[in-house]
Amino acid sequence: MKAALRLAGAPAILGLAVLLLWQAAVRVLRVPDYILPGPAAILAALWRDGGTLFASLLVTLAIALAALAAAIIGGAGLAILFAQSKWLERALFPYAVILQVTPIIAIAPLILIYVPSTEAALLICATIVAFFPVLVGTTTGLNAADHNMLDLMALYRARRWQVLWYLRLPAALPHFLAGVRIAGGLALIGAVVAEFAAGTAAGGSGLAWRILESSYRLDLPRMYAALFLLSFAGVLIFALLSLASWLLLHRWHDSAARREP
Amino acid sequence: MTAAGAAALVRLEGVGKRFDNGTVALAGLDLALHRGEFLSILGPSGCGKTTALRLIAGLAQPSAGRVAWAAPPAQGGAREALGFVFQEPTLLPWRTARGNVALPLILAGAGRAEARARAQAALASVGLESACGMFSRQLSGGMRMRVSIARALVTRPALLLMDEPFAALDEITRERLNADLLRLWHERALSVAFVTHSVYESVFLSSRVVVMARGPGRVAAEIAVPAPYPRTESFRTSSVYAQTCQRVSAALRRAMGEGA
Repeated sequence: MKAALRLAGAPAILGLAVLLLWQAAVRVLRVPDYILPGPAAILAALWRDGGTLFASLLVTLAIALAALAAAIIGGAGLAILFAQSKWLERALFPYAVILQVTPIIAIAPLILIYVPSTEAALLICATIVAFFPVLVGTTTGLNAADHNMLDLMALYRARRWQVLWYLRLPAALPHFLAGVRIAGGLALIGAVVAEFAAGTAAGGSGLAWRILESSYRLDLPRMYAALFLLSFAGVLIFALLSLASWLLLHRWHDSAARREP
Repeated sequence: MTAAGAAALVRLEGVGKRFDNGTVALAGLDLALHRGEFLSILGPSGCGKTTALRLIAGLAQPSAGRVAWAAPPAQGGAREALGFVFQEPTLLPWRTARGNVALPLILAGAGRAEARARAQAALASVGLESACGMFSRQLSGGMRMRVSIARALVTRPALLLMDEPFAALDEITRERLNADLLRLWHERALSVAFVTHSVYESVFLSSRVVVMARGPGRVAAEIAVPAPYPRTESFRTSSVYAQTCQRVSAALRRAMGEGA
């Protein structure tokens, strides 16, 4: 608890100081809200429009989390397939790279045209963005099994599935989890970018749409409030995934285990 | 317990090994391991000691010659049940000591309860019953190697292959493990092929020392250790020990092309 306080203390103090300075600056310099709202105005907007914004956040979060789940299943599943067949890996990996390096904002309009359901299109966009780190992480991990350990499996005549289950998958876990942590943030980014690309077609329900709508009205406090909620959601996703990673690894992996003093 | 004249458990007959990169690790290697014998294989780096062990274990296939087992292939395959101790402990870090030792049994289809009980017994035989629930990172180097030995023994093998298992350990731990290994070899009537860089270790442990030369790997000398078992620490100060060490050292120097 003491350690947690010490860890959170420094950024909390810095953040509070910046907010106070910001509030003081906009008040003293009399900056109007439609140029730069102060933290108090943003907080007021959050209080006033909290219900709407929170409902929109849930819509965006639902897409991001569904995309993360799809990315985990698709990325890890494809990586396991790659581990079974080098030919398949060689054949498919370049296309996964192409999909990753092409900006999602450029592909999103096409997906929105071809996919009849907007929700499905948003989900596909966010999944495309999130899936690559899981694929790369898991593929790296599955190939990272120690050669002596593979020899050990061969010595005891382990079957293919036993090598996968008892050696390759656990060895891949830290790499997979690192990929998932990156994918969590990217799924949210992907969902927001896709909502921006969809514009009104998204049904005006997601948080990205609330930001667009507020910008049309020059309602900057509401824009900032929506942005704050997005950042908060991103941090929450990262924190939860980090916690899951720690729970799974802390007993045996150096990346998560505490060093003895 | 020496095995002079005993039947060969496994025999390398004119074995050659050429790797894909063109390196010839072994050429015309003839080597027999007798039932109940403690054989040490000594030689300079790159002389093919590890390759020879891997060939016996079936982890690599010879490019020439053959690995002949005493048991006829009809009796459940040509290879005898064997345990292998690598230079590194090679423990799965996500499994506990007991989980690591139980792994060979689980891979062979044993039930969880049976695997657990046998793993616990194997750990007890190396003096680690209290470390059953510990993970690899919580164990010292010597304890990790003991777990590795317990894992190699849990399947009750006839043959134990050991590839410089104690190279990374401090002298005291090494001597303790030497003594424990001799005890286990005796209690379980094992045959052991033990690769080492240490002349002293090879003489202390073995009934016979094979010295290999490199370029390509082959047997340069075979030296019997004329001392009975059980061997205790006092053996290290005996004249037989000193003389045998001198003979093995001289053979090793000749194998390295330095002259006696």
